[in-house]
Amino acid sequence: MGSGNGTELNLTLKVWRQKNTKATGSFETHQLTGISTDMSFLEMFDVLNEKLISEGKEAIAFDHDCREGICGMCSMYINGRPHGPKQGVTTCQLHMRSFKTGDTIVVEPWRSGAFPVIKDLAVDRSAFDRIIASGGYISVNTGNAQDANNILIPKTDADEAFGAAACIGCGACVAACKNSSAMLFVSAKVSQLALLPQGQVERKERVLKMVAQMDEEGFGNCTNTGACEAECPKGISLENIARMNRELMGATFK
Amino acid sequence: MSKLDSKIPEGSIEQKWTKYRSSIALVNPANKRSLEVLVVGSGLAGASAAATLAEAGYKVKVFCFQDSPRRAHSIAAQGGINAAKNYQNDGDSTYRLFYDTIKGGDYRAREANVHRLAEVSTSIIDQCVAQGVPLAREYGGLLSNRSFGGTQVQRTFYAAGQTGQQLLLGAYSALQRQVGSGNIELCHRHEMLDIVTIDGVTRGIIARNLITGEMEKHFGHAVLLCTGGYGNVFYLSTNAMGSNVTAAWKAHKKGAFFANPCYTQIHPTCIPVSGDHQSKLTLMSESLRNDGRIWVPKKKDDTRKATDIPEEERDYYLERRYPAFGNLVPRDVASRAAKERCDAGYGVGKSKMAVYLDFAFNTARYGKTEATKRNLHNPSQEEIMRLGKEVVKEKYGNLFDMYQQITGENPYEVPMRIYPAVHYTMGGLWVDYNLMTTVKGLYALGEANFSDHGANRLGASALMQGLADGYFVIPYTLGVYLSAEVTRMSAEKDKSDSIDKLKTKHPAFETALKEQTDLINKFLNIKGTKSVESFHKRLGLIIWNKCGMARNKQGLLDAIAEIQALRKEFWSDVRVLGTANEFNPDLEKAGRVADFIELGELMCKDALNREESCGGHFREEHQTEEGEAKRDDVNFAYVAAWEYKGVSEWELNKEELKYENIKIAQRSYK
Repeated sequence: MGSGNGTELNLTLKVWRQKNTKATGSFETHQLTGISTDMSFLEMFDVLNEKLISEGKEAIAFDHDCREGICGMCSMYINGRPHGPKQGVTTCQLHMRSFKTGDTIVVEPWRSGAFPVIKDLAVDRSAFDRIIASGGYISVNTGNAQDANNILIPKTDADEAFGAAACIGCGACVAACKNSSAMLFVSAKVSQLALLPQGQVERKERVLKMVAQMDEEGFGNCTNTGACEAECPKGISLENIARMNRELMGATFK
Repeated sequence: MSKLDSKIPEGSIEQKWTKYRSSIALVNPANKRSLEVLVVGSGLAGASAAATLAEAGYKVKVFCFQDSPRRAHSIAAQGGINAAKNYQNDGDSTYRLFYDTIKGGDYRAREANVHRLAEVSTSIIDQCVAQGVPLAREYGGLLSNRSFGGTQVQRTFYAAGQTGQQLLLGAYSALQRQVGSGNIELCHRHEMLDIVTIDGVTRGIIARNLITGEMEKHFGHAVLLCTGGYGNVFYLSTNAMGSNVTAAWKAHKKGAFFANPCYTQIHPTCIPVSGDHQSKLTLMSESLRNDGRIWVPKKKDDTRKATDIPEEERDYYLERRYPAFGNLVPRDVASRAAKERCDAGYGVGKSKMAVYLDFAFNTARYGKTEATKRNLHNPSQEEIMRLGKEVVKEKYGNLFDMYQQITGENPYEVPMRIYPAVHYTMGGLWVDYNLMTTVKGLYALGEANFSDHGANRLGASALMQGLADGYFVIPYTLGVYLSAEVTRMSAEKDKSDSIDKLKTKHPAFETALKEQTDLINKFLNIKGTKSVESFHKRLGLIIWNKCGMARNKQGLLDAIAEIQALRKEFWSDVRVLGTANEFNPDLEKAGRVADFIELGELMCKDALNREESCGGHFREEHQTEEGEAKRDDVNFAYVAAWEYKGVSEWELNKEELKYENIKIAQRSYK
């Protein structure tokens, strides 16, 4: 049933296996047959894991949760691209109809010193949480707010802020970057709050703190390659990085 | 005497909360610093509660099983959040939101809680905007609203089709701000496995560090379960893969009553199942029913393409059956109507288990308006549709993209095919007006509790309730208990073996830790032949078929027997590989499925007990001639709160529902 045209794929999968953070990892090869083109990429992994368990082998660990492209948990580096070959989708929204029978698919975890591998394809992205904790907020305690319509925000500003706020924090930008830079992630939050009137009070302090934390976490520098934007599943724009650089200049040289 | 005391304050409904809030005992700032609160779950309820309590000065620890608190499943809520702001000047008010919610819940929710929810709804919007949540705006800079099911006003605030994401990121940023200030300790990739009680009072939790497998003891003066719903008991649902009932269920087994487990919400507009490989279902937001019209062909087994079926041969069955609310009837009504058409042979698609959600009519309407705005005279049909699509794209772009990713079809060109799917659970841990469960010091917030939505939740009300509980209710009501804790601590301060001195060194923690460690080893030592996943799938099928959109006595009796057999098989033949001391997702899932199996049995038992139809609970034996749900207010106007007595044994406790402000009536959307 469903939309599929009923085709089935036979695939070779080369998957990164790594016992834990300290262990040395390596690729493991698996053959899969009869994969429906209607399956999502992660459902293909479910099939593989069920097969492994039935053979008495440990399942491959990978991160996933909502499976509708919004939680940002899934994080596979597929054939050399974060979230695989399709533009604008997360791994969970990638479907097998994007592949051909006979394909060899190479799957790795995000590669970045700031995202240590926990096991197999799962990595630790808590560095992102610490960057937000350093300043990615507006300091307003619960109960202090004025009526929401007292703050007028031009629709274009609200839309632009929303565009930046749509970041799902998956880390594909870091995985895509040859320098492992987190500039796109950090600049999306800096931009969202800099574009809104509510964010003005802490504007300078915010960018200084967040950039300092970003550097401390060991992310690399930005060299304007643009791979982050190209691979971002939510289309977060490079303009955010330009804006953050301006914000940083403005905050540094008073 | 009933074991349940709902602690509803005296006074008129409008005054209850305001008066009560002002009379709750306070905890002074110095004492707050010595009180520890454990918050389990980091969705809207958990994140907002944790942030607000930390702002107030309590010592807070937050636990989430995901790699970051920002990933909690509230993130996936699409359509919007209700608030009685009356910004549209269309007759909205606190009373109307209160009334709509009670009626929408089919007169099975607690009046006082729902009124409080409606009262605080407006403050939520203010708070979120102050945090920088980019809610949708009109050109004049004011906030925009849209309609949702079960209401005739526009009170839903939204951020495209990503409202949950934006609200959660707002609450998450407030939480992270407190983490950065050292007021919250964040324990990500941690799963709560049990609560620790001493003499019937909650004193902490046992959690497993999911990366290292280490079992940990955490002390707290109060524990807040903000762990969401149990929709994944059905295996296929719109919930995230990790969403589970374990925390709530373990609490239930330690004395927290579980209320109305059979009240589950089947959402009418989801992408249909595409095959046996299906791992989850994806919702298409209710907001789409603002502009999408639902129909099936008038002819049975019509195999023509949707676009080839002329207007007069289409049955817009919701508009036909419910002219007053049309496509915006509540979810339970819309879901049953879809099932009725499909069961009768009018379904579409290969499976025949789908109906159309069609945007062509309103795309054309928007296109015409745009053409007029732009002074285009006599625009062509193509021009109109092109302009209309731009408007539709701005409103629902991300949902249309998602639909296309999953199905491979373009919904701008052909109608969506949709079918109902499990989405939300109204049932949950029983709580009193303070949100405390039947275990002292243990609270349940958001979807994890039962209190506000009765037998059916209205769209855009889950976000409202999660944030109401976390931002504006618990910060006050927790004081009732914690102020008494301060008194107790002071009285026991010279006692060498007081819990405040021993904390996790108290032997009760060691006992609980050992129990949970043994349980983990038990899973690993069964060494059976069948995967955890396969048991979950089988459980889901039993519940979907016999305790899903329609239920009957025989089916429920069969389901109970089947689930009991499945439980025995699970504990003798499940295969869990790997070890306890490592990152082991399969082992995590084994624990969750074990709990779902037990919950599944209670759901069926509750559905069997409730010999009436109401909201999401539809007993085939109890329907009107037109096939609408038939309540029995004489015998069932109560909350069924189940007390755990041992394997497959529960005792029913009833909380009578009193309607003093709303006249109980048959629910009609005609």
